[in-house]
Amino acid sequence: MLKIKTPKSGKARREIEKRAPKLVESGKKTLILQGTKTSNVLNAVLTEIYHLKKDSAVRYTRKNENIRPFESGGETSLEFFSLKTDCSIFVFGSHSKKRPDNLVIGRTYDHHIYDLVEVGVENFKSMESFTYDKKLSPKVGSKPFIAFIGEGFESVDELKHLKEVLLDLLRGEVVENLNLAGLDHAYICTAVSSNRVFFTHCAMRLKKSGTIVPRMELVEVGPSMDLVVRRHRLPNDSVRKEAMKTAKEQPKKKVKNVSQDVIQGKVGKIYVPDQQVGSVALPYKAKGLKRERREAKMKHETNDRAPKKQKENSE
Amino acid sequence: MTGMDTQEHQIDLGHLMAFDPLHHFPSPPTSREELVKECLQKGTVLVQLIADALFNLPSTEDIDGPLVKLPPPMTRLPREKHLPKPKPPTKWELFAKAKGIKNRKKDKIVYDEQTGTWKRRHGYDRVNDDKDIPIIEAKMTDEPGEDPFAKRQAEKKKRVEKHEKNRLQNLKQAVKVGALPSHIQLAATALPITGTQAAPKKASKNELQDIASMAAAATASGGKFDKKLVGEKPEKHKGKYRKFLPVVEGTGIGSQEKQQTEKVLNRLISKNSHEILNVDKAINMYNVKKEKKRKNQRGKDSSTSSKLKPKKQLQKKSLKKGGSSKKGKSK
Repeated sequence: MLKIKTPKSGKARREIEKRAPKLVESGKKTLILQGTKTSNVLNAVLTEIYHLKKDSAVRYTRKNENIRPFESGGETSLEFFSLKTDCSIFVFGSHSKKRPDNLVIGRTYDHHIYDLVEVGVENFKSMESFTYDKKLSPKVGSKPFIAFIGEGFESVDELKHLKEVLLDLLRGEVVENLNLAGLDHAYICTAVSSNRVFFTHCAMRLKKSGTIVPRMELVEVGPSMDLVVRRHRLPNDSVRKEAMKTAKEQPKKKVKNVSQDVIQGKVGKIYVPDQQVGSVALPYKAKGLKRERREAKMKHETNDRAPKKQKENSE
Repeated sequence: MTGMDTQEHQIDLGHLMAFDPLHHFPSPPTSREELVKECLQKGTVLVQLIADALFNLPSTEDIDGPLVKLPPPMTRLPREKHLPKPKPPTKWELFAKAKGIKNRKKDKIVYDEQTGTWKRRHGYDRVNDDKDIPIIEAKMTDEPGEDPFAKRQAEKKKRVEKHEKNRLQNLKQAVKVGALPSHIQLAATALPITGTQAAPKKASKNELQDIASMAAAATASGGKFDKKLVGEKPEKHKGKYRKFLPVVEGTGIGSQEKQQTEKVLNRLISKNSHEILNVDKAINMYNVKKEKKRKNQRGKDSSTSSKLKPKKQLQKKSLKKGGSSKKGKSK
């Protein structure tokens, strides 16, 4: 016996619609969590990543014992959390003797694990340790510039994968129109060697130059760390094919009251409501007008009395 | 849009990303600060390149600043959820397509013949509401006994149930394809009936508490030394399961031993005898039927047609006299 269940309140309905699969997808939400043991460094790293992505990230602070991303059984908790918070990227931090300061960055497709990259964090410098002019600090949610330097990103398999995952993690919302005044920060990733990437976050200062294009100056602001690639898991071929499918172009929505004419070109209809010209309130009250009215009123009163008397006299 | 420089820089404007694949570090990098400085330098170069391309795009003026329309990104990244599948056509849609039936737009306000006013089609005070019909003329095919208004309502109810069933079938078809609309969930209400077993009843809160307290006593020492949790109900039937009669009987109503043995005897005999009449139950049934008959008699006096009399036959149970079986199964 099946029963049809629909959400009873508008709020619930809207929430469910937000989580439904869409043709064109906007930014992915990130889930930041940790395993049984974390170090000071790792805690700082996780908090800073959370601050960098404040609006579109969820931070879990409890220890999760049964999450082992690279083992076959240890992914169920992650998938459940991904389903619960509607997050499709996760950053999982753990610390052990064999893998100190370990970060696993992973993505999900349809709330199942898609791919994973494991990196170790070294030489971490937190945001507080940098001194700079506070006016330059980047705002939360602004779209960042991302720069990848180094031939390693093309030649080494793991670094190629890491590049893709970092791009997905750092890019933020996908927008069509960008406000050029709101560009304030950039992420720089440099492949120092075949398994080490130097990652840093800088604020941008736009200086006047002769042309329209301002001169860029980078000031190191945010966390900087060395990422050492340890393990990675590429996605299945079939899943990858399905995830990379793009939707066909949607037919443009019809705009009402607009039509194309061969002679006149684009013709539109504008409907103007009835205008009550008489009862429109004047936008200003001129003092002169007030005085005039007052005087006219007084005059009117005196005039009133006079003609009446005349009439009576005449009659 | 690729970079227009001599060096091969890949610029993806849709993501504001730049990639320099030709840079390689002289191994090993000298010191940390040198490394950082070099990275920042190269980074500035790349960022400048992106900014060059960005600011040269056609921009529109906005309140906060110049707005620029970004090109779609070049690097393809995997989706986070599957593409929404189109809904399969419903049974009615297929039928309409086959027959060529087109959907006609209906007005919200319709003219009501009965009252002569314009009323809305659906909702409060609607056009053809069942409760507004004053008179239903009788047809030759009508049976004299039935209520036409109730009949109309019953028909409507049946129609609504049929529509709901069809809707459920359509949704099930959609689930098969994988295209269930996001705001609908199909949930199982009860387990299917297997053989003669009825669907298991949901245990109430009190029942669960009783069962929990029983389970808590299932320890080696009978739950005597366990700490009681907050909110745990004490056992309903504690301790003694056997009742021993006192050795010396005090002054009281009668001999308890006699009562005990009589009880046991009756139980034994009643199990084996077949002609058992539960006198109390028989009397109750007879009384209830008599009351019903009295009520129907009263109803019969007020109504006109005689065919409304319920066709029930009252069966009187014969009172059998059996000695020890009087106290058969007493409730």
